[in-house]
Amino acid sequence: MEKRATFSKTSVGVMFVLPQILLVFTFFYWPTGAALYWAFTLERPWGGGNEWVGLDNFRQVFADRAYWGSISRSIIFAGATSFLSMGFGLLLAVACDRGLKFYQAFRTVFVWPYAVVAPAAALAFRFIFAPEAGIFSALVKSNHEFWNPAQNGYHAMTMIIVCYSWKYAAYCFIFFLAALQAIPRSVIEASALDGAGVLRRVRDIQLPLITPTFFFLLVISITDSFQDSFGIVDVMTDGGPAKATEFMVYKIYFDGFRGLDYSGAAAQSIVLMFLMMVLTFFQFRFIERRIHYS
Amino acid sequence: MLKRLLLSATLSTILVAPALAADRVKFDFWHGLTGNLGEVVAEVCKRFNDSQSDFEIVCTSQGSYPNALQNAIAAYRAKKGPTIVQIFDAGTLDLMLSEAYVPARKLMEDNGYKINWDDYVPAISNYYADSKGVLNSFPFNSSTALMYWNKDAFAKIGKTEAPKTWEETFESLKALKSAGYECPMGWENDTWQIMEQFSAIHALPIATKGNGYQGLDAELQVNKTKFMEYLKLFKKGYDDGLIKIKSPETGEDVDQAFANGNCQMMMESVADHGSIGKTQKAGMNWDVAMLPVMAGMERHNSFVGGASLWALQGKTPAEYKGAAAFFNFIAKPESALFWSTNTGYIPVTKSGFEFMKAQGFYDKAPFKGREVAIVSLNASPVTEYTRGIRLGGFTQVRKEIRDAFTEIFSNKVTVDDGMNSAVERGNAVLRKFEKTYAGKAMP
Repeated sequence: MEKRATFSKTSVGVMFVLPQILLVFTFFYWPTGAALYWAFTLERPWGGGNEWVGLDNFRQVFADRAYWGSISRSIIFAGATSFLSMGFGLLLAVACDRGLKFYQAFRTVFVWPYAVVAPAAALAFRFIFAPEAGIFSALVKSNHEFWNPAQNGYHAMTMIIVCYSWKYAAYCFIFFLAALQAIPRSVIEASALDGAGVLRRVRDIQLPLITPTFFFLLVISITDSFQDSFGIVDVMTDGGPAKATEFMVYKIYFDGFRGLDYSGAAAQSIVLMFLMMVLTFFQFRFIERRIHYS
Repeated sequence: MLKRLLLSATLSTILVAPALAADRVKFDFWHGLTGNLGEVVAEVCKRFNDSQSDFEIVCTSQGSYPNALQNAIAAYRAKKGPTIVQIFDAGTLDLMLSEAYVPARKLMEDNGYKINWDDYVPAISNYYADSKGVLNSFPFNSSTALMYWNKDAFAKIGKTEAPKTWEETFESLKALKSAGYECPMGWENDTWQIMEQFSAIHALPIATKGNGYQGLDAELQVNKTKFMEYLKLFKKGYDDGLIKIKSPETGEDVDQAFANGNCQMMMESVADHGSIGKTQKAGMNWDVAMLPVMAGMERHNSFVGGASLWALQGKTPAEYKGAAAFFNFIAKPESALFWSTNTGYIPVTKSGFEFMKAQGFYDKAPFKGREVAIVSLNASPVTEYTRGIRLGGFTQVRKEIRDAFTEIFSNKVTVDDGMNSAVERGNAVLRKFEKTYAGKAMP
């Protein structure tokens, strides 16, 4: 007897797949195709003619110092925010999983930041970090050079990284906690009986058992940080001061939608897409090999 | 808000006979104004709808100037664009070079309206007109930059009048500083006041080819004019603590800082005249004056700021008839009075200004001072470099210069290096724009 369920006719299978293909085509291949076409032409915003220019747009993008700046800033941002949000998410999750005092309340509260939309969080953080009005104004009273994100690029970058990590630590927290709770209690109890302390149990039992979650979050954090920073940057700094927080996505938005340089923006989004593909490929190729799915 | 909308909707249905309501031609108007200004636009639309029974204008705010532009482009390309759209100064050239609009003159002639095009204030109409001086769109919300000054603070340093030259201004700022004022002048790395208006007032070129009006091959020149001297003076003022940077990131923007009495001077659009009056610290005395000139230099007209209204292609003759009726309606002096009373914007026509003067508008307390904007725009006949700025990708060019200001004022680069590299990057934007419209002549 045939064990696998198969469709008697190919057409039935095709019908099942069709809605999905249609969706992917409309929302991914079509726009990507249009962007690809624009990247090789000079598109006039109000329509009425575009000229084939080959690789000119890409050449121009790569010859631009500001563009390389936006790439390196995006990579620094991805590294810093992934590290911070995953680190804090894990720390909080381990604490909650241990069932410390009031952990039920904290378990709920720690999730909230993720529910705050990025621009709202950004507004709040802009106020907190404002050197003349917010909580930081007390620190700045004596020395104006000490903190001024409106003029110092490093301060602005720090501010954006903190705001973004605050929000995504909550996201990481949810996944880490779920993974930790899925570990059979018996394993942890056994090691406790063998005399392993808390940190020892975290290091030797819990962390190795949640590596698949760790890997998943790493891939998602890095990918998201390239794309999701927009809402925060747009509200907090507009990419400033003097391009210090202009990430790849913000530059695409500014050049394309504000500056009406559709072709330049299209070329940049193709570059961003390839960068994402390469990064994800490397993560799967080199990091996933060290992950053990039980 | 929703309640009010519903109420006004019900009211207008009751007022207009149902049979007529069905026959009314609906058309869309997209604009970029929000808050108080957006409400006044809605009010203008309502007045138009109530004034006649053939057309119904549907006014939608898109949230900001850039959004109105982006959304109009996207909708136009999908053949779902509005009949009328408000486009801000930096978006003018792209639309002018396209075939997406119906020229204002043609629209009005086709629909039997006679508009006296010479009635427009020259500094306003020239800014939006093509290189031959023909208006293709209707100047709508118009402003210019003025110097706001705190009379109370100036009284402390023994002055009763605003300084007329920059030399005097810096002296006053020094005196204010010595008198114990923390922030003599507030500023926010904005190019409009210190680069664009300064260049216009002194008739200095921002770019070759008459600031771009004579061809797409114009090049930025602002780093080779007397503006550089002024920028150095400004930087020195900043280093001496006479000028403070105020922005949302520092906690208080320039307008708030002035209205709260924290900064004693600022260069700001006349459009904010109303909101400063509404939000100011109680009892504070302040006034506006024309932006100062450099000593020994002649004053020219300043640039107009704001946006103009365009009719887009691809609509039915009936909708164009409605659009023409709307343009005719807002050009009336009574509409100008309503518009300027409820916003800080100035009338765009000479007859509108005269009508408002005759009504005594500029004598009354909250509006007194706004006539200075008209004086500033009319300070001289419009010349080659004071008619406006017609540069492609101007939003990006402005950003490059703004970035340069930010770097200069945080002491990362010298004034010369900063401006030279901004001009170089700005020229790259201009060349790309020129290539995008290869084969097109400047209209």
